[in-house]
Amino acid sequence: MIGMIVAITARDLKLAMRRQADIVSVLFFFIIVASLFPLGIGPEPQLLKKLAPGVLWVGALLATMLSLPRLFADDYRDGTLEQLVLAPQPLGLTVIGKVIAHWLVSGLPLALLAPVLGIQFDLEMDALFILTVSLLIGTPALSGIGAIGAALTLGLRGGGVLVSLLVLPLYIPVLIFGAGAVDATVTGMGAEAHLSILGALAIAGVFFAPWATAAALRISLE
Amino acid sequence: MLEASNLECVRGDRRLFAGVGFRVEGGEMLFLQGRNGSGKTTLLRMICGLTHPVAGEIRWKGEEIHRLGEEFREELCYLGHLNAIKEELTPLENLSASARLAGETLSEDETLDALEAVGLLGREDLACKYLSQGQKRRVALARLVHEKRALWVLDEPFVALDVAAVGWLAGLIGAHLQRGGMAVLTTHQAVDIPAGTVRELKLS
Repeated sequence: MIGMIVAITARDLKLAMRRQADIVSVLFFFIIVASLFPLGIGPEPQLLKKLAPGVLWVGALLATMLSLPRLFADDYRDGTLEQLVLAPQPLGLTVIGKVIAHWLVSGLPLALLAPVLGIQFDLEMDALFILTVSLLIGTPALSGIGAIGAALTLGLRGGGVLVSLLVLPLYIPVLIFGAGAVDATVTGMGAEAHLSILGALAIAGVFFAPWATAAALRISLE
Repeated sequence: MLEASNLECVRGDRRLFAGVGFRVEGGEMLFLQGRNGSGKTTLLRMICGLTHPVAGEIRWKGEEIHRLGEEFREELCYLGHLNAIKEELTPLENLSASARLAGETLSEDETLDALEAVGLLGREDLACKYLSQGQKRRVALARLVHEKRALWVLDEPFVALDVAAVGWLAGLIGAHLQRGGMAVLTTHQAVDIPAGTVRELKLS
């Protein structure tokens, strides 16, 4: 069972490494969105510091959005998805493998990049640390929940916009507790409560959402 | 062993077929015929369980296939008209990846052997995007070389193949039937399968 998940993740990672442009474009999108705010708002450290958690989290969220339509689209187009659905193991496990691979090439690099961008907003060391931790815990939930939207819009024209409309509302709790964790650190309160809830969301996103995704994939293939 | 009764298919608001039934035993092949758009591919997808029939049911060893689930999929090998190969991967990687996803392991020797059988030895390390249509089809067909699963469902397997490859594939299907396997396939070409009993089903 674990071997199956590993096999899917390894295959998707190998494919991602052969198409690095996809990964890099998502990261650059994040860098640019996060850099536009200080440029637009002007050099007011106090205001920037207040805005930072929300801006960085929304940037990470939109960057994840950007990579979602590709999650199943290639497999759908070349017929691999049919083979995955017909493979003799629960489809939910296959989806978990794909979600893990998606997180490794989008969520993980975003989380590692975030502290560098946080410096632009004059965030303190401990706030930068909590920002990274909150993204590390929260982005798996984004990948897992986003997969449901990606599966539902498979094969539809203008699927990309539809994914955003379907998935962004579902991202709201992750955004509130993710940005809230950083905010709490900036204002001197502890971030543990926020991070615990983020952790719960991540577990739900990675281990429960894939079963909904599997059902959506079956509908899309019919 | 594979049975279907009273199958009905509706696409949009058009009824493609109704009352279709068949029975395939070990060593037999079911040859689906019909003009374009008569529902051959849809029927094959129903047999795999990808599409649900509006009415009727498909049974594998007496049990309904959706109730069997993984038990049925373990014995099913489906080759659609999409190749299910990744353009970025080499034939070698494609073949071992698809075997692993199907829950089997192929040794490197077996994989190379399969590629030799489809005439792609020497190109095993070239990304599939550089291969021609026919060669891509051969990469997809190489999956069948070491395929031991009982039921093969093949959608237009002979498309884009040259004469020699058509003969080779017919031989491969024949050998599969001789081992007691079953096959369901569609094709617009006249192909002689060297062994096994051929049943025909015409969709109109």
